[in-house]
Amino acid sequence: MNNNIFQNIILFVGLILLQVTILNNIDLFGYIDPYLYILFVLIFPFRKDRIPVLFFSFLLGLCIDMFSNSGGTNAAATLFIAFIRLPLLKVILRKSDIDFVVFNITKQPFLKILSYVSILAFVHSFIIFSIEYFKFSDLDTILFRTLLTSIFTIVLTIFSLILLTRKK
Amino acid sequence: MQQIVNFILKYKYFLFFLLLEIIAISFTIQNHSYHNSTFSNSANFVSGGIHKRVNRFKEYGDLRKHNNQLLKENAELKNILAQELKNPENTRIQVIDTTKYFQKYSYYTAKVIENQYQKKFNYLTIDKGSKHGISAEMGVANSKGIIGITTNISNGYSTVLSILNENSKINVKLSKSPHFGTLEWNGGNYNILQLTDLPIQANINVGDTLITGGRSVIFPEGIPVGTVTNFKVENNDYSSINIKLFNDMSAIGPVYIISNFDKKEIEQLQESTTNE
Repeated sequence: MNNNIFQNIILFVGLILLQVTILNNIDLFGYIDPYLYILFVLIFPFRKDRIPVLFFSFLLGLCIDMFSNSGGTNAAATLFIAFIRLPLLKVILRKSDIDFVVFNITKQPFLKILSYVSILAFVHSFIIFSIEYFKFSDLDTILFRTLLTSIFTIVLTIFSLILLTRKK
Repeated sequence: MQQIVNFILKYKYFLFFLLLEIIAISFTIQNHSYHNSTFSNSANFVSGGIHKRVNRFKEYGDLRKHNNQLLKENAELKNILAQELKNPENTRIQVIDTTKYFQKYSYYTAKVIENQYQKKFNYLTIDKGSKHGISAEMGVANSKGIIGITTNISNGYSTVLSILNENSKINVKLSKSPHFGTLEWNGGNYNILQLTDLPIQANINVGDTLITGGRSVIFPEGIPVGTVTNFKVENNDYSSINIKLFNDMSAIGPVYIISNFDKKEIEQLQESTTNE
């Protein structure tokens, strides 16, 4: 348990540093940056008590916002995916109840993980760009940027997941 | 009472989620409105320090370009000095008299350590703060044009509201005639800005140069801005005017911060006038 907390702190700080030093400077096609930091929310241990995951996701988003001067945009989006991740997982796995003690997201079939990651990454970027533009007339820009960003994020996240699980 | 407690316990995750979401949204609204300094800004010890370290690597890529730009500006300034020496009456007489000199603006140097141009509300971070004499609402420019206005100030860093921000409105005028307009940005291409409120009498052409107007207390008159690339006329009025900046907003290195000595006096005067 202690080891688990320590790992999560490393992941939290490491993902923030990686995001603000390297990933926010990629600027693919001039303006596309992947949001790899949501990996923390995706693999945060599933427990019955959901307060920690909500709180730490909010904190993670706010830290990213602090570095990129975006108010609370990332915090709002990250908090939202932290809230919907459990119901979404139940739908994807077609289970009404999850045994929290033995459950491990990385041990699930690949396609289920892929759809779990894809939906959350898409929702996350969609919320970020909707809050930023906040106009119906900009809907095409919002969708275009959401699509490119989430594809980039999904590819990076899946690769990182494979990398993280192989080590063990 | 029991029912309320039960309700809270039943929906505690949702209520907790709602509370944090409201906090996040209120930070965002604060950030998207012009006059509030924001809670989560990058002008602080931690993020400023990290951006500064990252920038040490990034700035190497643009060194050649920035060097050339500074060299060109130096040459321009030296040419102005050389012109004055030719006038024989000035060189002989040396008057030390403070009433003869009138300094209204003072310039500080700074380096941009974090530059945003991909979003709709863009901010820059510079490596100078209150301990270097920077305060809020000072103009930021380089030799090729204006860049923004300082907003959040910490001890060693400040954030700059970029001209690529929906809240940025800057008073500009044509260099050929004294007609004023407002420089804004629609969130599209980061090197094309929009000019509004220009009267039809200005009679602009493609290629006309724009400079800062000097009507605000932030920028002195005459800093270059850009040129007119295209415009549309509807109902005997300009419906859209696009301005191409002289600056490349995606690669900005050293900048000047402009402080106006008369700013406080002018603002107090304006405030007392509107209160009457």
